Parts: sequence; C-alpha cells; structure tokens
Amino acid sequence: MDATQLLAQASDAVAAADPAGLLPARQQMALSLGWHIILACFGVAFPAIIFVMHLRGIRKDDPVALNLAKRWGKVSAVLFAIGAVSGTVLSFEMGLLWPGLMGTYGDVLGLPFAFEGLAFFLEAIFLGIYLYGWGRMPQKLHLLMVLPMAITGVIGTYCVLAVNAWMNVPVGFDLVDGEVTNVQPWAVLFNPHAFMQFAHMWVAAYMVAGFSIAAVYAAGMLKGRRDRHHRLGFMVPFAFATIAALAQPFVGHFLGEGLAERQPAKLASFEFADTTEDGATPLRIGGVYVDGEVKWAIEVPYLSSIASMGSLTEPVPGLDQFPEEDEPPVNLTHYAFQAMIGIGLLLMAAVALYWFLRWRRRELLDNKWFLRFMAVSGILAVVAMEAGWIATEVGRQPWIVYGVMRTTEAAGDHSSALWLVYGGSVVLYGGMTLGAIVVLRSMARRWRKGGDLPSPYGPKTLAAEGPAGADVRDCPDEREAPAGGEAGR
Amino acid sequence: MMTVEFAVAAALFAGVLFYAVLGGADFGSGFHDLTAGGSRRGAEVRTLIDHSIGPVWEANHVWLIYVLVTWWTGFPESFAAAMTTLYVPFVLALVGIVLRGASFAFRKYSETLWQARLFGIVFATSSVLAPFFLGTIAGALASGRVPAGGGGDPWSSWIAPTPLFTGAISVGTCAFLAGTFLTADAARRGQAALAERMRRRSLVVGAVTGVVVFAGLIPIEHDAPTLWEGLVGRAAPVIALSALGGIATLVLLWRRRFSPARGTAVIAVAAVMAGWGIGQYPWVLVDQVTIAEAAGAPATMQGLLVAVGIAAVVVGPALGYLFYLTQTPQWNGQEGEGRERVHWSARLNDRP
Repeated sequence: MDATQLLAQASDAVAAADPAGLLPARQQMALSLGWHIILACFGVAFPAIIFVMHLRGIRKDDPVALNLAKRWGKVSAVLFAIGAVSGTVLSFEMGLLWPGLMGTYGDVLGLPFAFEGLAFFLEAIFLGIYLYGWGRMPQKLHLLMVLPMAITGVIGTYCVLAVNAWMNVPVGFDLVDGEVTNVQPWAVLFNPHAFMQFAHMWVAAYMVAGFSIAAVYAAGMLKGRRDRHHRLGFMVPFAFATIAALAQPFVGHFLGEGLAERQPAKLASFEFADTTEDGATPLRIGGVYVDGEVKWAIEVPYLSSIASMGSLTEPVPGLDQFPEEDEPPVNLTHYAFQAMIGIGLLLMAAVALYWFLRWRRRELLDNKWFLRFMAVSGILAVVAMEAGWIATEVGRQPWIVYGVMRTTEAAGDHSSALWLVYGGSVVLYGGMTLGAIVVLRSMARRWRKGGDLPSPYGPKTLAAEGPAGADVRDCPDEREAPAGGEAGR
Repeated sequence: MMTVEFAVAAALFAGVLFYAVLGGADFGSGFHDLTAGGSRRGAEVRTLIDHSIGPVWEANHVWLIYVLVTWWTGFPESFAAAMTTLYVPFVLALVGIVLRGASFAFRKYSETLWQARLFGIVFATSSVLAPFFLGTIAGALASGRVPAGGGGDPWSSWIAPTPLFTGAISVGTCAFLAGTFLTADAARRGQAALAERMRRRSLVVGAVTGVVVFAGLIPIEHDAPTLWEGLVGRAAPVIALSALGGIATLVLLWRRRFSPARGTAVIAVAAVMAGWGIGQYPWVLVDQVTIAEAAGAPATMQGLLVAVGIAAVVVGPALGYLFYLTQTPQWNGQEGEGRERVHWSARLNDRP
C-alpha cells in the first residue's frame, strides 16, 4: 500500500467543518485517558517495587521492609481499584466516542486488546491473592504471587502500545475502494513500531511510580522523619526510578528515529520547523508559531537536525510542505514535546548527580534542596509522561489512524450535548481524585500514629466503648502479627 | 453450524454468562448492603460483604472487559451500532461501575464513620444501578431495538417493556445470587445469626425475582416476538431448567443446605442468561444482523479463538486458585483464635 496514494485518497474525502460533538469527544477522551494512564503506571510498576521490598523483608528478616511492603500493598489496592474502573471507562469510550473507528477497524486493532484483557485478568486475580494473602499463606508462596503482576504489566503495556503504534503507523490491512480487506491481526499485534513505543511507556511507568513513591518519603524526611522506614521507603523506589530515568532519554531518542518518514508533520511541529531549511535545522526552544512562522524562539544551531535526522546537513522537513488541513495543532504539540524532554533531562540529571555524589561519599539525602526537589519529582514525572502523550496524540492529528482515517470520521454523531457528559465526567473524576487523596492521606496518618486500619463499618463511639485491642479488628489482614507469628509462617 | 463466527460468538456469550454470575453476585452484594439498615444494624452484613467480594471483585469485573473487547473485535459493526444507539444506558451503567469500584475501595480504608457511610451509600446505590442499565442494554438488543446501521433512538430503544423488564430481572438475579453466596459465607464463618438473617433475605429476594422473571415473559410475546419464539421453542428446556434451579435453591435455603444452594442458584441464573442467548440465536442484533453477517475479518476471528484458548489455559487455573483460596479456613478467619473473634458490632445485641 502506497502511503501517498492513501493520503491523497483520504484528503479528498473529507476536510469538512468539525462536527459539534468532536471537541467534547476529544476532551472526554483526553480526560479519561490522561487520568487512567497515571494509575496504569502504578499497575505496571508498583508490583515489581513491592516485590523487591517484600523480598528484602523476607531475605534479611527485616520487619521495616516487610511493613513497607504490606502498606504498599494496601495503597496499591486503592490505586488498582480506581485504575480498573477508569480503564473500563476507556473500553466503553472506544465505542461511545469513536464508533467510526471501532466499526471500521475494530477487527483490525482488536486482537492486541484481547491479549491485554488477558493480562489484566491475571493481574486482577493475583492482586486479590496477594492483598488478602497476608498472614494466610506460606510466606514464600505469598511473595511469588506478586511476580505474575509484574509480568502481566509488561504484556498489558505492550498490547496497548501496539494499538497506539498501529494508529501512528497503520499496517495489517488493505484499503480497496474504501473497504478494509486482507486483515492480518497478528501483523498489528507485532507491528514494527510497537516495541519502541512499548519500551518508552514501560520505562515511563517506572519513572512515574518510582519518583512518586520516593517523593512521599522525601516529603516525610523533610518534616524531620529520618528513620530507617523513610530511608528504605525512599531508596527502593528511587533505585527503580534511577534506572528508568537514565535509560529513558535514549529509549525516547530511538523511538523518534525515522519520524521524518513516518509522520513528518508531527516532527515538524515538535521541532517548530516552519520552513525546510537549506542546511541543518536549528533547535528552537520556546517561541510561538503564528501564520506559518515561528517567532521569539531561542535557536541552537544544528541541534534539531542532529537529534531528529542524525545528520549535520539534512534539514527537518518544514511545515510549509504540508497542506494546512494535514497539520496538527503546532504550538500545543511543540510545547508538550519540549516539556517532556526538559523534565526528562532534569530528572536524569538529578538522579545522576545523586549517585555521583554518593560515589564521592556525599549524601544528598541530608540536603534540604535535594529533598525538596525529590518531593516534587513524582509530579514532574507525571507531567512529563502526560506531556509525552499529548505530544504524540495531538501530533498525530488530524488523523486518528495516520494517513487513513481522520478523527472527524471516527467521531460519533453526537451533538454538543456531549459537553454535558464531559461536565459530569469532570465532576466524577474530580470526586475520585479527591476520594483517593483523602483516603490515602488518612491511611498514612493512621499508620504514623501507629497501629493498623480498623474496619470503619459502625459507630466509632461504640468501637471505643467495646473492648480495645486486636480483637475488635474484624479483618484478619488488618491485624498486626501476634507475638507468636502469623499463621502459615 | 460450528463455524469460526459461531465459536467466537459462543466464547463471547460465555463471557456474558460468567459476568452475569460472578460479577452479578458482586453487584448483588450492593443490594444487600443498601438494604442492611443503619450503621449499627448493618455493620455485620457490610463486614461480611467486604470479606466476600473484596478479594474477587476486580477479577470478576474483568469479564466485562473481556466481553467488550471480544465484541468489538469479533463483531465490530454491531458494536458500533449498539454504542451509537444505546449510549444513554451505556453511560449510566458505566457511571455505576466506576462509582461502585472506587467507593468500595475507599470505604474499606475509610477513617471515620461518616466517610464510610458516604462511600457505602455510593457503593451500594451504584451496585444496584449498574446491573439495571446493563440489563436494559441486553433487553434492547434482544427485542430488536438496535438498527444494523446504528444511530437508533436514544430513548425509546431502551425505555420499553422488554428492556425495563430485563433490567429488573438483572437486579433481581444479582441480589438473589449474592444473597445465596453471602448466606453460605456467613454459615462457613460460623456466624449463625447472620446466616439466618441472610437466609430470610435470600428467600424473599429469590421468590420475588422468580415471579419477575416469569412475569417478564408476558410482555415479551408482543414486544419482542423473535425472542419469544426462541424462548418458547429452542430455549424452552433451559428456561425450565432455570425454574427448577430457582425452586431447588429456595428449597435448599429453606432446609438450610446453604452450600449446595449456591450451585443451584448459579444454575438458575446462568440458565436464564443462556435462555436469552439461545432464544435470540442466530441474531447478534435481533431482526437486524446475524452472527455470520456481523462477523469481522476471518483472520481476526481465528486470532480471537487463540486468545480465548490461551485464556482458558492460563486464566482458568489462576481464577480457580483464587476462588479455592477464598474458601479455605485460613481465609475465613477460622485459624487460631477463629470462632471467638467476632465483629464488635455483634456484641451490641448483648448490651442492655
């Protein structure tokens, strides 16, 4: 299939005015996907981090590590629950918001989702076993229950990213007179672009989860809680985040290779290449793109060509080469991309500095400014990841399936009444965010006071009147280990 | 008969059955939670519900994802048609599903009673609403209200006799299943008074649901003639089996044989669902599109069967292990101090 033919064929077909329901549909998808992806990161990366902590607890007979693993398990129970339901929202929205995409290409892109569902199934099963298995299973067997979750995280991420990679570089079907034929679902599952996109996201998940968890303990240390609990709670996720942050710029660079051929308009937007230069394209930082021209950007000669084209002479194809209806929103794409790169490099520099100084026998954890930076590193990692998704998704516009189907064709026949649904969703997601924050903070507060989390079903005053101590706890998984050791150990 | 499309449709419907039984029991727990009474009276029931569905609800929930994915991959155009017609009940069911899962998790770790109450009410209400709207979707498909090209009327497609009845049946069967499961769980945990309370509830819910199911057949004759023909024809034996299963469950509950009652309750509900599936065969969208017409690309259908095969081999045993663990004494608070350890609210009755 010739891409230029396809392009010509498709651009003849449409380019009418956007339907009223398109913008709310986009906002709705952006909200639900952007919200879910944060929790998906924890679903992918948290199990491996818990595993290492739990393993340390068992190997070194370390009660601090065991306690951390147990608490993280409970935190992950809350995060996974809202992650599971927000992921379900996406399954519904595929059809509700993009019936044109699903009706036409459902059988092309569906197989990876089937395997992703399979992975999610296993994750949910072993999560249930692990969470409720504390004190109810032999210790080593219980620990092993975490491993499948780390593995399914890999498979699930790969499958979802395979679909997204396919949207960027569609393969596995032919278009004959507008009809989809010769569907090859396995070619979609194993499409050549999938692996790099997967690697980029998988590493990003470890950055988000690693920095976010480390940030909690960095904030604790800032408040003067400098016990072993906080140090260990910081170091294990920070170690994961370190490896991820050091690897990520390279993974991202390799992912971007060949973008000039795959999606030249996206690359031109990333790089703010308004015109195709005669020689090397300079890197443009900041600036604004108006009326086909980039203004007020800081230029660094050669750098854009070196980074994107791997050449000192070859220019980045400029936006002047594309008709306007085939261009993405240039400014948003550019800023999202540069935000991702900037924050990614900053985080890489921070972890490199930490380990370098540690090697020179200086401990940065005693430095207030480093701790302050670490306390916001989780938010920074989340922002970088969201910016990356905005860059790649907005940069693909106006296509939902690049070069084949425009987003306008995929959208449903909804009216602007969809804004109402969107408004409701803002309230719903706001409420879930608030609920999660309130509950997680109160868990932390109660853990700090010592003790465990009693069941809340019933008047508190009555609980106080009743006999105090472990026997009013109704959930075995909430009981502290009795002196004689827990059952099964 | 045994074509690839049929096999995929069968696998899809098997997912619907599993979701109706396993996910249904979790939703139904919400009904009992909602009607358990004030925070003092209801504490015991709510604690039991937390124990029973806590470890399994997320796994059971994945059946819905499986159904959706198989549907859009195997029968993409019918999926788009249903979504563009029935978006109102789909969105409402989705809201219910989201609120149910989130507030269940939040409630478990609530600090104060008012938080637990707030999350509890949201959890319980949404647990009742979600199966209702999912039921109306099934009824709309079965009564031929979704046009093949999609874009059917967003309101009259589901606010109609058959969909509303299937919605009510869905709520009833969920509550019936949950009641039977909770009764057996309470008995296994040695909470005799609680088991007795759940037994009475299950008997009432079961009887009412049974009446609703068979009353629901009356409007179907005129409202959904194609489905009706299938129900009284090909599907008649399964409908009869469902009735027998329901009656057997009530008898077993009456005679306090709680463990086998779970099996017959599952048979009763699964048979109702199977009756729907067999009744509307070979239609995907009744009177509009058949399985063969709706099928996606053949290579994709084969790929889906591979995925289903792998799922049966990998997910099946894992799921079985999870269910096995939840039934062991270690997981039911019977180890060590076991039976003396009761929830504090149980002692409220002893207070003067």
